[in-house]
Amino acid sequence: MKMDFVVDKQTKTVSITKEFAFELSLVWDAYTKPDLLDQWWAPKPFASRTKVMDFRVGGRRFYAMVSPDGQERWALQKYTSISPKTNFKFFNAFADEDENPELPGSDWDLTFSEQDGTTKVSISIYNDSLERLEKMVEMGFKEGTMAQLDNLEDLLAKLSESRT
Amino acid sequence: MRRDIFQAIADPTRRAIIALIALQAMTPNALAEHFNTSRQAVSKHLRILTECELVTQEQKGREIYYSLEIEKMKEIDEWLEQYRKIWETRLNQLDDLLATIKKKEKDK
Repeated sequence: MKMDFVVDKQTKTVSITKEFAFELSLVWDAYTKPDLLDQWWAPKPFASRTKVMDFRVGGRRFYAMVSPDGQERWALQKYTSISPKTNFKFFNAFADEDENPELPGSDWDLTFSEQDGTTKVSISIYNDSLERLEKMVEMGFKEGTMAQLDNLEDLLAKLSESRT
Repeated sequence: MRRDIFQAIADPTRRAIIALIALQAMTPNALAEHFNTSRQAVSKHLRILTECELVTQEQKGREIYYSLEIEKMKEIDEWLEQYRKIWETRLNQLDDLLATIKKKEKDK
């Protein structure tokens, strides 16, 4: 089902909305249980490997994005608020392998709602700085190009077009 | 040091300079008049913008005019588009996973 993706540079917020043709409790589990999260969180061919996950306020998820050649990129998510099957919030930061966060991080807010068997998830990601957003995009860019080399080719074609 | 376009837009004064020279080429003096700041400060921002390859200079008589490389600004959107694609991939994977789980439940 369709996805909305909006970057607001003024409020430094990325908003993503997606609907799923499944009941809310199932979608909620996919976002909050490590064994399920690891099955979809990393864009292929990357893998998500959750080392620690304690889904409660004050708890954390410590996980790595693992590249096909085995390189790990760690991140730490600290849960700041949880309203079961409605909303949860966490503070996200990249980290080293010993769980030392690299600040600044970003604030994530995820809201779940269900109507007529369709579950809507709204994700909002706030970054203190545009540099941080850049880093996130850069990380994502690496994963994205690994995942879809066709996209990279398109991008390069567009860039070279705009230069000539 | 290598600079990129995100450093160019990370500073509010530089964003304002970009907005101004997007409309017309301007001299550092004319830009300084728009801000409560010195010509030196504006020159520093212009140097960074130049290093980011976001502005070009043109000498006209004794004055140097700065103008915006509009095409370069598009790179920001290209990067963000990549980030959007990651989310698309990720959430499609979630969709597939949910379908697989449902199917397993039904088969039980």
